Amino acid sequence: MAKSKPRVKVPKKAAKGDLITIKTLISHKMESGQRKDKEGNPIPRSIINKFTCDFNGQVVFACDIEPAISANPFFEFSVRVEESGTFKFTWVDDDGSVYEKTADIAVQ
Amino acid sequence: MSHHVTRRTAMALGGAALVAGVAGITPAHASEIDERISEFTGGAEAQSGRISIDAPEIAENGNTVPIGITVDSPMTDDDFVEAVIVLAAGNPRPGVATFHFSPASGEAAAKTRMRLAKTQDIVAVARMSDGSFYRENRTVKVTIGGCGG
Repeated sequence: MAKSKPRVKVPKKAAKGDLITIKTLISHKMESGQRKDKEGNPIPRSIINKFTCDFNGQVVFACDIEPAISANPFFEFSVRVEESGTFKFTWVDDDGSVYEKTADIAVQ
Repeated sequence: MSHHVTRRTAMALGGAALVAGVAGITPAHASEIDERISEFTGGAEAQSGRISIDAPEIAENGNTVPIGITVDSPMTDDDFVEAVIVLAAGNPRPGVATFHFSPASGEAAAKTRMRLAKTQDIVAVARMSDGSFYRENRTVKVTIGGCGG
């Protein structure tokens, strides 16, 4: 399939102890495995099945994804930041591909 | 008794096959939802409350229905929400997603977008760090075709 393109929205800076909101989106058709093609053959499932957000090497949020998640899966969640560091976002595809993106935040 | 297929038996067979066929593709049976819930809770009883499900009352496009889950919790190191499973009772398969939180989440809240095959109940079950479970249901009406309504 076409290469999946991840996008994330993370504030560049925050005050210590702030609750920040993170939004993520990745382009992916999320084929559910329930649909049939013109000949009536089932179209095999092909989705992103796992999303993880690490902060400085520690998992802060994760999601197990099933076929009922819409195409171009979107997630919004919060993180309380106590120190500067790097967020790492990881998406795992059914086909074994792993898509990654990082974002830095400065905490005062 | 004759073994010929009469018109009447053919009709009856056809009818039965039709019923079976429809049952095969339709929504997740209640039992599958219950299975997923007990798999998640390990058989423990889920109390009501603490969860709020934020979803439109009427979704015009079943392909992308926004949903937000918030669980009331202090989210401290010894009292936080570990995970929330979201299930759709009327989809061919009930699973939607399982969110995993941590004390660093600050609040147990997440939003995503899901597919809904038709008007149905959304079920969310939360697992707390002390091993207790909470459950909430919410009905979402789906306008097929997404032409407004």
